[in-house]
Amino acid sequence: MIEVENLTKHFGSKYAVNDITFSVKPGEVLGFLGPNGAGKSTTMRMITGFITPSSGDAKVCGHSIIDEPYLAKGKIGYLPESAPLYNDMTVTGFLKFCADVRNLSGFAKKEAVERAIETCFLQSVAKQSIDTLSKGYRHRTCLAQSILHDPEVLILDEPTDGLDPNQKHEVRELIKRLGMNKTILFSTHILEEVDAVCTRAVIVDRGQIVADGSPEELKKLSPTGSLHDLFRSLTTHDSSHNSAA
Amino acid sequence: MKHIWTILKRELTSYFTQPTAYAIILIFLLLSLLFTFTFGGFIPAGDANLEWSFLLIHPLLYSILVPAVGMRLWSDEKRTGTIELLGTFPLPPWAAIIGKFLAASTVWFIALLLTFPLVITVNYLGSPDNGRILSGYIGSFLTCNVFLAITVLVSACTRDQVVCLIVSVMLCVLTLVCGHEDIIREIAKFTPSYLVEGMISLGVWDHFRSLTRGLFRYQDMVWFTSVILTCLIGTSAILSAKRA
Ligand SMILES: Nc1ncnc2c1ncn2[C@@H]1O[C@H](COP(=O)(O)OP(=O)(O)OP(=O)(O)O)[C@@H](O)[C@H]1O
Ligand SMILES: [Mg+2]
Repeated sequence: MIEVENLTKHFGSKYAVNDITFSVKPGEVLGFLGPNGAGKSTTMRMITGFITPSSGDAKVCGHSIIDEPYLAKGKIGYLPESAPLYNDMTVTGFLKFCADVRNLSGFAKKEAVERAIETCFLQSVAKQSIDTLSKGYRHRTCLAQSILHDPEVLILDEPTDGLDPNQKHEVRELIKRLGMNKTILFSTHILEEVDAVCTRAVIVDRGQIVADGSPEELKKLSPTGSLHDLFRSLTTHDSSHNSAA
Repeated sequence: MKHIWTILKRELTSYFTQPTAYAIILIFLLLSLLFTFTFGGFIPAGDANLEWSFLLIHPLLYSILVPAVGMRLWSDEKRTGTIELLGTFPLPPWAAIIGKFLAASTVWFIALLLTFPLVITVNYLGSPDNGRILSGYIGSFLTCNVFLAITVLVSACTRDQVVCLIVSVMLCVLTLVCGHEDIIREIAKFTPSYLVEGMISLGVWDHFRSLTRGLFRYQDMVWFTSVILTCLIGTSAILSAKRA
């Protein structure tokens, strides 16, 4: 369960996120769409507690990320946009470290690491050092880290970015499967993914929500019945010049 | 506590799976022994307490080598973006700061331990005051930790390791020389005494010297602990301010 209330973030006088409110219920897969620089990653960073909001609050499973950050962070699995990893570790070593941080130990830890490696198809590189991995494998290792502790809430920033078509398919299936009983918020630039996996989609532009609804509802809003046209008509073509509205 | 251990373990593994720690420890051992037997005049002076020949050169070596060990602690984390993972893991920021600090500190502890043949040598050749040697070692290790805390603070400010190295070396050298007897003597000629007192107590030299003389002064311990704590609290403040 994610509840975002009037979340706002400005860098200097520039508003990256401007008064966003939405919620995601368990069993829902929310697609977060928007042009480059719309504020998707910034919103996710605030929900996961990496950056402090200028105002507003986000609640994860009822725990405010501002007042009870550790409880809230414990419920979240997060895949950052750039899929950062410790290059000096091996894939298994890294996942074990993440399991330690998440307070898993003994058998539970071993099982969690094995399960994550299997789910993300990392068996072939499990012993390999991370700095020798290809981009797609790096991405999958970071994804494995986010589902390691079987979190109630998954926040994935462009989870299919840089993956080959097979893996894109696998990750979509994974999101769909996990979405049955988890709360998932993920951002993407691929509108086909919305149809394929989302139960709901939110389109943001210049830090504000411009559309919110199920893929079917959104298609009805569009003059031609396609998400592409809706996206193009609702969002500005260059949102890098966004400022205080 | 458990989180500190988790971070400490990761950082230590990272130090010892890469050449960093080995290289630094080796260079430290080589340089300190080289100085002892050349400029330190260990043999001709017959300095069994290791004070002049061995321990006094440590702060100077530290001011260059310690930043080299500590510079990657936060800079690297920022450069590769892994700070975003650390920041969203359910662990308190101070656990990560202390864990990282202790990891680098452990590397230096090992480096100092490895100078034990020298202690055995002086005990074999003469009859040194071992309590005084121990006190000197403690002073040396504490000085090293002060420099490390400064480096950690600087590395939290920048994502560039080279900038971090240069700035930390400069700060370490400054804290070292601003309390040195010769400089103080010159400055005392034209500055009021309370300023001079201030400089002496700010610099690490006076506190280090009293420990190498075998004096175990209460105020030195307070000084070392408070400087290290201040730097670590500053690190925490900078890291959280950068995220806001
Ligand atoms: N630390 C920062 N300092 C200043 N501006 C920032 C900072 N972080 C983000 N911004 C600005 O906030 C805006 C939103 O950025 P954000 O990364 O959230 O976009 P996004 O929707 O994720 O875009 P993309 O689709 O390219 O990933 C951008 O204009 C960006 O330049
Ligand atoms: Mg983004």
